[in-house]
Amino acid sequence: MSENTAVAASTTMPRAAAARATARSGSRVRLGWLVPTIYIVFLMVPIYWLLTMSFKTTNEILGGLTLWPHKFTFANYQTIFTDPSWYMGYVNSIIYVTINTLISVVAALPAAYAFSRYRFLGDKHLFFWLLTNRMAPPAVFALPFFQLYSAIGLFDTHIAVALSHCLFNVPLAVWILEGFMSGVPKEIDETAYIDGYSWPRFFTKIFMPLIASGIGVTAFFCFMFSWVELLLAKTLTSVAAKPIAAAMTKTASASGYQVGLLAAAGVLTIIPGAIVIYFVRNYIAKGFALGRV
Amino acid sequence: MDKTWNNRAWFMVLPVLVLVAFNAIIPLMTVVNYSVQETFGDNVFLFHGVGFFQDVLTSERFHSALLRSLAFTAIILAIEIPLGVAIALAMPRKGIWVSVCLVLMALPLLIPWNVVGAIWNLFALPEIGLLGRTLNGIGFDYNYTRHPVDAWFTLVLMDVWHWTSLVVLLAYAGLSSIPDAYYQAAKIDGASRWAVFRFIQLPKMKRVLTIAVLLRFMDSFMIYTEPSVLTGGGPGNSTTVLSIDLVKIALGQFDLGPAAAMSIIYFLIILLLCWIFYTLMMRNEEQ
Repeated sequence: MSENTAVAASTTMPRAAAARATARSGSRVRLGWLVPTIYIVFLMVPIYWLLTMSFKTTNEILGGLTLWPHKFTFANYQTIFTDPSWYMGYVNSIIYVTINTLISVVAALPAAYAFSRYRFLGDKHLFFWLLTNRMAPPAVFALPFFQLYSAIGLFDTHIAVALSHCLFNVPLAVWILEGFMSGVPKEIDETAYIDGYSWPRFFTKIFMPLIASGIGVTAFFCFMFSWVELLLAKTLTSVAAKPIAAAMTKTASASGYQVGLLAAAGVLTIIPGAIVIYFVRNYIAKGFALGRV
Repeated sequence: MDKTWNNRAWFMVLPVLVLVAFNAIIPLMTVVNYSVQETFGDNVFLFHGVGFFQDVLTSERFHSALLRSLAFTAIILAIEIPLGVAIALAMPRKGIWVSVCLVLMALPLLIPWNVVGAIWNLFALPEIGLLGRTLNGIGFDYNYTRHPVDAWFTLVLMDVWHWTSLVVLLAYAGLSSIPDAYYQAAKIDGASRWAVFRFIQLPKMKRVLTIAVLLRFMDSFMIYTEPSVLTGGGPGNSTTVLSIDLVKIALGQFDLGPAAAMSIIYFLIILLLCWIFYTLMMRNEEQ
């Protein structure tokens, strides 16, 4: 009897201590929310500023500082939605970003599998070389890319921009996917082979669902880095595949400095990103913890 | 993981190899070509040897741009890494607020870089921008288009606004991978907050932090679009970092020789730093 109470005491003691500790940490957390909140406010203020500017007339913006639009107007957005030279910019950007994400993920999947499961001649050096391309400065490649893609006749096409972004997106995709794949034990592969799965069937039916969050995170990052990149996209296009980023730079020169229009265009570029991140929010919270990034 | 030796894995790696090699090796060959050849137009090229390299390495302009890039990177790392880790430590671990926090924090990361530059360009305007007007109202004589210090301040603030979330997300991921049992054991042992951080959280975050430092180091060293849109190189050339200078020479002046030589030197510096980081990372993993 005394033994049981002793055991009970020893198990309740840590629990009591933990309970006290969480109560203590609870009061810590109560002040702890302040830091992320201040940070998020800091992040949102410039975006709020951009939003208000997009609803003001250019006169009001240039006239002085107003914290919210005194003369609310949709004119800026109207211009963007009705003028092809504006909305085609968005369409073009989305096209090449989607192409790039598809190519990067599809190419990276088998490669990541190879790096994760096999050793082969030069594998470490190959992996390192891939990583260095993620670190390739766009400034160095701008002019050579311009000449290369012009030489093969792909200048001013979506595929050109999509392919050029593969330079840094494919290594990133391989890197992230390899991290996730390494988390799946090899025993699963072996069991599948014993069960008679061919490699393609095993990969698509068994393996890919297991790393679904990894694929989500990878696709997110490929989308992100391709969507935000300006220098290469601007260098490789002129009219037909002009991305929104290049279209935006013209507001500074054409008819004066149309700040409201620029702001509206800017707000619209945030929306695809916000949508994508909303869809992968669960993957990010979960996938980050599992994988390498 | 126990990997099996299988050279046929090269077939799996082939698509990636083709895609990246096409984009990396061919342009680099072009750049090397240009760096050692002099042209007088009309597609006539003469071998020039290391002349351009010498010119670049001894030029005052290159040294200043390099110093600016290094200074910028140092400031950025000193601010963003501790700040990102601190915010990640303070973030809630469970509950609905996690998703909200993550989505809101990730928003600046998804804004096209020229829009980021444009936002801050307008936000920091001394007369009509919220930040600019506020700073001038408080009493600072703030004008980022005229004063180099203000330009640097705005540039650093913009980059902190833009990229700290990446460090936060990565650190948060590292923290999430620490099992609760560690924290409970620490609480039972009566460990102080600082001890918990130093002995439990920091070691587990080491790997993610190395990635974060590597990514931030490289990206801040290579930065082009944001400073270009924000200040275009700064009042005078006070914010002309290495990549801005390079693009000016390459795409602006079309000085192929010097641009190519500078590109190669720039790339070699990055490769060296990348190799150092990679070695450190691999050594960490082996431990």
